Amino acid sequence: MIITLSHFLILGAILFCIALAGIFLNRKNVIILLMAIELMLLAVNMNFVAFSRYLGNTDGQVFVFFILTVAAAEAAIGLAILVTVFRNRRTIDVEELDALKG
Amino acid sequence: MEFDILTLKPLLPELFVLTMACLILVADLYISEARRGIVHMMAMLTLVFVAILTMRSYGGAEQATVMVMNGTFVRDQMGDILKLAIYVLMAAVFVYAKHDLRHRKLFVGEYYVLALFGMLGMMVMISAASLLSMYLGLELLALSSYALVALERDSARASESAMKYFVLGAMASGALLYGMSMIYGATGSLDLLEISMAVRDLGSDDIVLAFGLAFLVVGVAFKFGAVPFHMWLPDVYHGAPTPVTLFLAAAPKLAAFAMAIRLFDLALGDMHIHWQGMLVFLAVLSLALGNIVAIAQTNLKRMLAYSTISHVGFMLLGILAGTPAGYAASMFYAIIYAIMAAGTFGMIILLSRQGVEAENLDHFKGLNKRSPWFAAVMMFLLASLAGVPPFVGFFAKLQVLSAVVDINLTWLAVYAVIMSVIGAFYYLRVIKLMYLDAPDTDEPINAPFDLKAVLTVNGLAQLLLTFLAGPIIAACGAAFGI
Repeated sequence: MIITLSHFLILGAILFCIALAGIFLNRKNVIILLMAIELMLLAVNMNFVAFSRYLGNTDGQVFVFFILTVAAAEAAIGLAILVTVFRNRRTIDVEELDALKG
Repeated sequence: MEFDILTLKPLLPELFVLTMACLILVADLYISEARRGIVHMMAMLTLVFVAILTMRSYGGAEQATVMVMNGTFVRDQMGDILKLAIYVLMAAVFVYAKHDLRHRKLFVGEYYVLALFGMLGMMVMISAASLLSMYLGLELLALSSYALVALERDSARASESAMKYFVLGAMASGALLYGMSMIYGATGSLDLLEISMAVRDLGSDDIVLAFGLAFLVVGVAFKFGAVPFHMWLPDVYHGAPTPVTLFLAAAPKLAAFAMAIRLFDLALGDMHIHWQGMLVFLAVLSLALGNIVAIAQTNLKRMLAYSTISHVGFMLLGILAGTPAGYAASMFYAIIYAIMAAGTFGMIILLSRQGVEAENLDHFKGLNKRSPWFAAVMMFLLASLAGVPPFVGFFAKLQVLSAVVDINLTWLAVYAVIMSVIGAFYYLRVIKLMYLDAPDTDEPINAPFDLKAVLTVNGLAQLLLTFLAGPIIAACGAAFGI
């Protein structure tokens, strides 16, 4: 079987959907949300690399390096916020983060 | 390839802000608690000098659009006007914030450093001429904002809202990036101008492009806070410390506006029919939900968050018109809205005391008896937000509506008017509380002079700008060639 651009795009789309499902269906742990966010960015990277290879243009691969770097910074901030949440509330359950409503 | 350092001259304001933010970060380590005021002064001086730098390049022979960094960064008139507006807003934000930061024992250098980095992110977003620089500017703003919201570390409310903001913001960035990857795949370029040429060749019905566009709209709507992507906005405005809410409410709207214009008009202008429909949908929902849900709020910060959502609806109306007049009207609206929002959050700070945050509507009861002057300032701000005629908010609304009528979407203009009439209710309710109800306390208002002075100017500006806004309107028009 020859693997074509569309296979890569479908894989990217599936990863993106898994990440979205992870964010919206997960009612338990905030860390799973952080993992889902990382997965979402990796789905985008997959798209960029596949397009870049297909088009023979390196711009997309450069973009991927930037996304990876920003994702690392984003994860650091996410975990730091998670630590403050845990320190203040003694829980990281998504369902219990409901003090703000209206 | 020859590299000439002088080609970076149009980047001077950004480089200056970057240097100063780093400098303040280091200087803050050596400044004792008692002299923290120096950090505040340094941040204010940064704003003054960066304004001079931007002004020097504005107008004259350099009026024309300049591209630098291999076409990833553009300096043009729209960018310069928005940046100047951002500097003014940030200066007001810093003055308001100082008072409240002291109360919360949060008067730390980090606030200023993060706010300046956030401002740098906005400047990059405004001047982005490629998808890559736009993404980087957006993330710099977003990451600084997440950290700012969580600045009050022992507040459970602040950390919860930071978490919500982070998760939803990161998801929005993900959606935006997914859209960017599709646009890149369809056009083979990250450069906005090259994308617009490729779109012209491909035609507007290309399926990959349409798919990418839908994701871009989702990302932009998230950053604006348009319904149905508004969930983060009330919680973040409510949960964040007021000085941070103030920062988030004012300047980033201008950056989001610039991002929308660069993406939708510059890059995807030929797909106007497609994105117009999506923006109509967002605007209709934002106007309805923002105005109706705001009525049910008793917390002023939350009420103002919903009012933001409805004002975002108005900004989108101007953008979806897709005409230079519409863009100019929307830009003027965004600037005026940011000034009004900064003023109302400034009033919350004015009334806050040590340990008491004046965030409930009840705190504004009988303000007229405690301070007739600031009750009038608040009334000016609220009336302007509601769009009552002599105030500038009315003229901003009028321009947007006339742009919408010009493209034969009269029903949308009528709908927007009906919604803002509904919205006027909750602004007038606060005015009624201030003037007709008895105060719970008759403590006089105790605030430093600079806060009172800037707040007074901010309030009076609502009236004065009606007569003096000519140059701003002309500049907004000139930015789009009218």
